[in-house]
Amino acid sequence: MTEPAIDEEMAALHRQVRAAEGETLLQATGLTVKFGGLTALDSVDFAIRRGEILGLIGPNGAGKTTCFNAITGVYRPTSGTVVFDGERLGRRKRHQITRLGIARTFQNIRLWGEMTALENVVVGTDARHKTSVPGALVRTARHRREERSAIEKAAALLEFVGIAHRGEEKAKNLSYGDQRRLEIARALATEPKLLCLDEPAAGFNPSEKAALIELIRAIRDDGYTVLLIEHDMRLVMEVTERIVVLEFGRKIADGLPAEIRENPAVIAAYLGVPDDEL
Amino acid sequence: MSAHAAGAALAPGDALRRWWADLGRVQKWGFGVLAFGALALLPLYTPGFLDTPGISFGGTMAQFAMLAIIAIGLNVVVGQAGLLDLGYVGFYAVGAYTVALLTSPDSPWNKVGPDGFLSEKWAWLACVPIAMAATALAGLILGTPTLRLRGDYLAIVTLGFGEIIRLMADNLSGITNGPRGLNAVAYPRVGQSEELPDGVFSSGNSSGDANYGTWWFWLGLILIVVILLLVGNLERSRVGRAWVAIREDEDAAEVMGVNTFRFKLWAFVIGAAIGGLSGALYAGQVQYVAPPTFNIINSMLFLSAVVLGGQGNKLGVIFGAFVIVYLPNRLLGVEVMGINLGDLKYLFFGLALVVLMIFRPQGLFPVRQQLLTYGKSARRLLGSAQAGS
Repeated sequence: MTEPAIDEEMAALHRQVRAAEGETLLQATGLTVKFGGLTALDSVDFAIRRGEILGLIGPNGAGKTTCFNAITGVYRPTSGTVVFDGERLGRRKRHQITRLGIARTFQNIRLWGEMTALENVVVGTDARHKTSVPGALVRTARHRREERSAIEKAAALLEFVGIAHRGEEKAKNLSYGDQRRLEIARALATEPKLLCLDEPAAGFNPSEKAALIELIRAIRDDGYTVLLIEHDMRLVMEVTERIVVLEFGRKIADGLPAEIRENPAVIAAYLGVPDDEL
Repeated sequence: MSAHAAGAALAPGDALRRWWADLGRVQKWGFGVLAFGALALLPLYTPGFLDTPGISFGGTMAQFAMLAIIAIGLNVVVGQAGLLDLGYVGFYAVGAYTVALLTSPDSPWNKVGPDGFLSEKWAWLACVPIAMAATALAGLILGTPTLRLRGDYLAIVTLGFGEIIRLMADNLSGITNGPRGLNAVAYPRVGQSEELPDGVFSSGNSSGDANYGTWWFWLGLILIVVILLLVGNLERSRVGRAWVAIREDEDAAEVMGVNTFRFKLWAFVIGAAIGGLSGALYAGQVQYVAPPTFNIINSMLFLSAVVLGGQGNKLGVIFGAFVIVYLPNRLLGVEVMGINLGDLKYLFFGLALVVLMIFRPQGLFPVRQQLLTYGKSARRLLGSAQAGS
């Protein structure tokens, strides 16, 4: 990806992130989410460190997406706290959380189908824009400056995820894989510190998965922190640096991929326990 | 889905739309000026097939201009932001009543003349911004609690709002003069001459092609151009993009950092102010404001104009407004088997909407909104990226 002058801000962000690499970016403490009588997430503690790729895994219904939604403000946690970059998320609204620096993709793709791919990404960049409605009405200088930089940035992001040639296409007309890539570009456009990917490889064939692994690594190398929910164990083991395992809403393990692979509780959760060992 | 797309490709609106999209900026302006010029000259040189035998053609076109302004305003709310507003006539009423209350001698708040702050000559014009501010405020008051609702709930609440405004006008007889309405509302006193002591906008100017209807039509046309430019600016900005994002997937919009409530409220307020402007025009042209004008049926007609023209397309809804106003006036004098076709207008609109919803649910001229201020340079940028990779 060519780096034109517009990426100065991103480069600055990059350096700042590099300097703080390894520090805690997000700390969840006692995170609990209840839906009526069902406890989807039960007092989960985990931390995400700057500059890492953290995997969040678990069998179906373990509470991974619930955990995601609690972090990104889609659900309000029943109890427990999430501290992101020194700020408690608490009762913040979703768009405020995005502006704090958490961006996400969706398990079931949720693009704005009638907009072009480029426009989808430009809406992401709007999260950082300051033009007011009256300002847009009379096209102030700030508005024009933001519009110009938004287009350049969005085009660069589309190229980064590899779908610049589809930029003029309506999002709903993109192929499934391109839609997943577009979701990532749109999330990156909000200039997040933490990028949350919810099953980005769902429905991908092996070559698409290999390309996705490269993309996730490139994103991390650009200075972003990545939280990854994924079912494909090979992909998770290959790309993540640390893994948190959930089962029935509880955290059962936390560690390096190699440790997780050997962890008996994790193996039991995924494969079940033989009757004679119960 | 593919069958749907194939059906859409055959429709007449698409070819026109593609042709328009391919034009350059200067060409678009050129065609725009020509089209509006031709439209403006229609009442003076009315082709025989277009003329409305039962009613003044200038008056018909004045009605068209007012409904076109309403359609553009309602299109912001319904077409662009996707908020189903069934009580838009309420804003139209607030605009009309603001002008009437401030300038009618029947009103206790009449401010025209030696006691008030409005001079007779400029009263109407001075009231237009007041009316727009009042309706914008009404939009803010209605929107603040209700825009937290979604879909059907919002439709029901707005429906109620429209009725509340009309019932207030009907029942607060101490202020609005009740069902008798407010008479002698101010209008622009421009172009006075010996034959027309009250100017070209007065109802006294009722003969010939350039009658008062035609003059109101011309005034409306100028306002339409101004509104189109301003709404176009919004459409090609973060505001228009936020509206479309909210329409397409509100949750995703919020997660991507769009302050959905604030942008929905802005859509409501802007739509309301435009509706109020149209109401002010109406009050000035008819010089009489009474509750029955603001009944629920008119709300539905406004919505029909938007749906017919193509939700989201600000030029399409103008055409929709033309159909809604012109057809009943054209059919007014036409008798078939002893039935006056003008009396059957709601039957025709109902039928037209049913047919449209079956064969072309996106309206006659569906949208391909431009959402970027510098769309052309975006295309170049993507093109070079493609060539480079």
